[in-house]
Amino acid sequence: MKKTWTKIKQWPLFLPVLSLIIVMAVNIIHDAATGANPLSFFLISLRDTTTSGTILYGRIIDIINRGSEVAILAIGMTLVVSASAGTDISVGSVMSLCASFMCMMLAGYGVSSTTTLAVPLVVGLLCAVVMGLVCGAFNGTLVAHLHIQPMVATLILYSAARAIGLLLCNDLIVYVRNPSFAFIGAFAGPIPTPIIITAICIIVVSLVLKKTALGMYIQSVGINARASRIAGLNSKLLIFLAYLLCGLFSAIAGIVASSRITSADSNNIGLYLEMDAILSVALGGNSLGGGKFNLAGSIIGAYTIQAITTTLYALGVSSIQAPVFKAIIVIIIVVIEAPPFKAFVGRLSASRAAAKGVRA
Amino acid sequence: MKKKLLGTLLSAAMVMSLLAGCGSTAQQPAADAAADTAAAVEETADAAADTADAAADTAADVEEAAEKVEEAAADAGAAGGNISIGFAQVGHESDWRTASTKSCQDVFSEANGYDLSFVDCDNDEAAQKEAVRSFIEQGVDYIIIDPIIATGWDTVLTECEDAGIPVIVIDRTIDDSDKYVSWVGSNFLTEGKAAGEWLKAYAEKQGIKEINALVISGSTGASAQIGRSDGFNEIAKREGWTILDEQTGDFTEAGGQEVMESYCKSYEGKFNVVVCQNDNEAFGAMTAMDNAGVAYGPGKDVILISFDACTAGLEDVKAGKISADFECNPLAAPFVEQVIQQLQGGETPDKEVFMEEHWYALPDQIVEFSIDGEPQKMTEVTDEVIAAQY
Repeated sequence: MKKTWTKIKQWPLFLPVLSLIIVMAVNIIHDAATGANPLSFFLISLRDTTTSGTILYGRIIDIINRGSEVAILAIGMTLVVSASAGTDISVGSVMSLCASFMCMMLAGYGVSSTTTLAVPLVVGLLCAVVMGLVCGAFNGTLVAHLHIQPMVATLILYSAARAIGLLLCNDLIVYVRNPSFAFIGAFAGPIPTPIIITAICIIVVSLVLKKTALGMYIQSVGINARASRIAGLNSKLLIFLAYLLCGLFSAIAGIVASSRITSADSNNIGLYLEMDAILSVALGGNSLGGGKFNLAGSIIGAYTIQAITTTLYALGVSSIQAPVFKAIIVIIIVVIEAPPFKAFVGRLSASRAAAKGVRA
Repeated sequence: MKKKLLGTLLSAAMVMSLLAGCGSTAQQPAADAAADTAAAVEETADAAADTADAAADTAADVEEAAEKVEEAAADAGAAGGNISIGFAQVGHESDWRTASTKSCQDVFSEANGYDLSFVDCDNDEAAQKEAVRSFIEQGVDYIIIDPIIATGWDTVLTECEDAGIPVIVIDRTIDDSDKYVSWVGSNFLTEGKAAGEWLKAYAEKQGIKEINALVISGSTGASAQIGRSDGFNEIAKREGWTILDEQTGDFTEAGGQEVMESYCKSYEGKFNVVVCQNDNEAFGAMTAMDNAGVAYGPGKDVILISFDACTAGLEDVKAGKISADFECNPLAAPFVEQVIQQLQGGETPDKEVFMEEHWYALPDQIVEFSIDGEPQKMTEVTDEVIAAQY
């Protein structure tokens, strides 16, 4: 019994999962206290709708659905943090730029509202992906080849990308009210499409990291770029690749976010999401100092952030106070995961065990 | 020495970019004059490159040249006998804002006897104050400001007053100074009250006894949010309605979608009115209600009320999705022109000018109501109305 507990505690995902459970527990307590079914937060049911047929319905579905963008961003951010010991703060703006570019292509330049597509949907999606890759390559070149600090390098697109998107959209919100485009942000059968897209991204990346040595290479570059180079790894290329992938995932997140609202709202798509992406990496138990990483942790971190938001909505916390509660929860989680705190808890339990030993 | 040279070139480039800014919006003669002098500036910059020793001195020359250009621009404006106006706009963040800009450009056109210098301040409050100062230097006749923030204006407005240039504030308000002639804008409180009074009259007509409302409010603290909430809540309190919840959707479609998605679960089957404080939030709320199997719109379970009445919003009113849409008029320019004409004629305009606004619905939803005893007229949404809307 004690052995399994120690084993669980040593599991790398123990703390990220624990924090997610704590957030969920708040809902059980709230529902029980208000006299509702304590598990109502977790209930998933099927619901008939006139627009999307029969769909899955429930707050857990909301969390996994709404958390998609941050989860997708967290994949790219994890790689960037690991390889370059820095963060890509441009992801939110790049999302907006990719979405604007895509909608501009789909609607035609200068058109602010349309129900028919000017180019096939695939072309629009490809445009977004290419734009994401270009942004990723730009960041990657600055960091890998010109050795500019990641935060400074990505600050350029952080401030510029959103503005370029506005320019592409002729300073308007471009509405593309087309069912085939809306599908990406709506439902595939009973399941929300963003969930499926996120799952595919996660599976592909984990397979690539597992089946090839890419994951190990990125980690070793993050731990010591010079030593990796001497050992025969192309550090520059690996760092570049991490930023390139981060750009790609920003584009995918941008496509999802834009399809949800079937429009390119360049001012608001991806706003502040770079902070959520970085926070998910941190909540996942990853060091922002680079090196070893745990992708599953980051993704759990992303859903934890969404769970906090959804919980605050469910509790009906007034919107003015919501950020304060969010901050408090994040502080608690971060403190639990901080190494000195872990060490303190370790010492505490060790001394208790010692005291027990003496008495025995 | 290299550093000095670089500095000179950079400042020359800066001046050039300033000129480019003027040229694109100032009237033709001004732009021509600017272009001529710009060539001179370019030469000066070249000279600087040649004689690196004289670089520091030339920097001063470049600045002088820039001043001359501005004077020339101002003279050119005055020479036409037109009324010159400087307009410092907030930015271009929404359809509403674009309509507001276009309204000014249409009304204050050369054909109507005006010279408009338009500056898009990109939501940068410092840039906006600089824009106003450059208007003073240009010596325009009137300055229009849509203030990005409500405070920190006293110094700049005092400068305007000293220069004898009347300032007209539109849309957003200035709280810490009264050194402007007139404010032209929407009465958000009236909009909120209109929504409340309409709901009361409509519920009576439909025989709806109990109102349980959910509110998706705008960005917390924005004047539109405060006014619309206060106005609607005042009527709700008087009538004894229940407001189940009020959370912010930040005036965005994504925000409206997420808040409504949560509302549908928390208040399943308990609400019969949803109030969205702008059309974008309403679009999001509609998607969320679709996905929760909630029927909304005229004659359905849930009455959906929205504000702004942009083209896309009115299309949804026409399609029978939004029950009533309460306009926030972006076309301030005609009202500003009235103020300017009053000033030209030596009259004193009102300190606060409220724009005329429309309340839109389909014929079945059009009911008679009054706000503070003043009878209101509703406008029926037709294809012509939609085509004419911004």
